[in-house]
Amino acid sequence: MTSEALIDYVKGLLGDKTKWADPEAGDNFLTVASEDWKNICQTLATDKKCSLTYLRNFTGTDYPEDDEIELTAHTFSYSEKHGLIIKTRISREAAVCDTLSKIWPAAIWYEREIFDLLGVSFNNHPDLRRILMPEDWVGHPLRKDYKQQETYRGIPTTRPA
Amino acid sequence: MDAMVEQGPEGSFVLGKVDDLLNLARKNSLWYMLFGTACCAIELMQTGGPRSDADRFGMVFRATPRQSDTLILAGTITYKMASRIRLLYEQMAEPKYVIAMGSCANTGGLFQESYAVVNGGDLFLPVDVYIPGCPPRSESLIEGLMLIQQKIEKEPWLKKAWTNTKNPKDPQIEGLL
Ligand code: SF4
Repeated sequence: MTSEALIDYVKGLLGDKTKWADPEAGDNFLTVASEDWKNICQTLATDKKCSLTYLRNFTGTDYPEDDEIELTAHTFSYSEKHGLIIKTRISREAAVCDTLSKIWPAAIWYEREIFDLLGVSFNNHPDLRRILMPEDWVGHPLRKDYKQQETYRGIPTTRPA
Repeated sequence: MDAMVEQGPEGSFVLGKVDDLLNLARKNSLWYMLFGTACCAIELMQTGGPRSDADRFGMVFRATPRQSDTLILAGTITYKMASRIRLLYEQMAEPKYVIAMGSCANTGGLFQESYAVVNGGDLFLPVDVYIPGCPPRSESLIEGLMLIQQKIEKEPWLKKAWTNTKNPKDPQIEGLL
């Protein structure tokens, strides 16, 4: 499907559950409510005409001014040769969301990364551990208000002058 | 070495300190661990390759810490990796030497501001030689290894081996062992 055709099709499929980006804003993406997150991703991945079976990228962004964390999933369909970006926003304090790992197993590692760097926990994730930082690290480095600890296991985190 | 050779009536013989002989053997079999953490490791491989040929100095790579004399920190070190590197270092038999190769291993290099990168190998290992560069050329690494050879030459190892050789300045990683 062409990108326009796909957008029209998904609009018809999901109805008023989605919010679309301003077409001038570059890549076209849709934003969904966090309660619908898992179901909508499931629909888009399994629907015959969408068949977005490949999770290309999944990441998060911290927006302290909105008190929200935005999750962004880039999906792709090899059979239909089209891609779609899906976003959702969750609260910064609670920072919980449903896992996508049952839909796209690749999400297991992506979600571990988001958990590690942004502190979002994913419900029903099979193995939610840190992935880049050591297990006993304190804090989540990609939060905008993150302050690095002064030492890690006795190693200073800044170079002594 | 020539100075040690004496001429006797029935041929020549060598007269010298045991330390000197030990050091002669040690410095010419400086085995390094085949271990790298980032792009500097490419240059480390190059150093072992035919053009630089570290082998001509008796420096061959070993794929295990238990047979290595030198740990070359080749590349960026993350906090997660630091504990593992320290564990490798602990497995090496004394006497052992550490070379910090490249800006990353010296100070954290261009990743110094990163949340994940250790700001220098000397914060958790006793480093003997620092080699600047990003990455250092293989000639520099050879020179660094030769500096270790010079260090070995001067070491009264036999005396050192009898005393407790624990370096009081050796930084550690807490809760590792
Ligand atoms: S010093 Fe340069 S070449 Fe070496 S690991 Fe760091 S970035 Fe890579």
